Amino acid sequence: MTVLFFASYRERAGGPRRELELPAGARVSDLLRRLREEGLDLPESASVAVNRRYAAGDRELEEGDEVALVPPVAGG
Amino acid sequence: MAEPTAAAVGPEPLDPEELREAVASESSGAVVLFVGTVRRENRGREVESLSYEAYDAMAVEELERVCGEALERFEVERIAARHRTGRLRPGEASVAIAATGAHRGPTFDAARWVMEELKRRVPLWKKERYADGEERWLDGQAPTPRRET
Repeated sequence: MTVLFFASYRERAGGPRRELELPAGARVSDLLRRLREEGLDLPESASVAVNRRYAAGDRELEEGDEVALVPPVAGG
Repeated sequence: MAEPTAAAVGPEPLDPEELREAVASESSGAVVLFVGTVRRENRGREVESLSYEAYDAMAVEELERVCGEALERFEVERIAARHRTGRLRPGEASVAIAATGAHRGPTFDAARWVMEELKRRVPLWKKERYADGEERWLDGQAPTPRRET
């Protein structure tokens, strides 16, 4: 599964995307745990978007989903 | 303009007049146009430029959703919103929102609401570059999922 990173998270991740192998049935919370295990410094409040909508921690991830880590937003 | 809402995110310079024309309607008695610009100073430091980054595909979808929700919440006819990306200098417009409606009250309210929701939800980020060359991502708000509808 490809995970997209933006802005400050992209700088922390060292690039705009990362490939991850997650077991079938993995949820957004599992993805966050995995990224933290890999050493990525993510705040407790890290937001995740699945298919361009914000997703809760219990959202199940499916093959082909567009998954992105979204830092706190600051438009305007 | 055929559609009641129009949202765009991209590097093209903003033309507020174009946005105003996009929502023009003979049945409306009010047009509210908000333009946000880059400030020269922030927290006592001189800003040389502000670089905006977007999750483009999601930003335009989320902004479109915000505009659509505003139409349901307020008695207005049309709403258009644009946000610029890339490097902007002080004085340049970073965001513009236009709304039309029959009356000024709801039209002001709708434009204001779209701007506040944009700041809460639309995946955009900005990095300030100061006159001394230092750069910093500005603090933002952590978006949360909305209840499924």
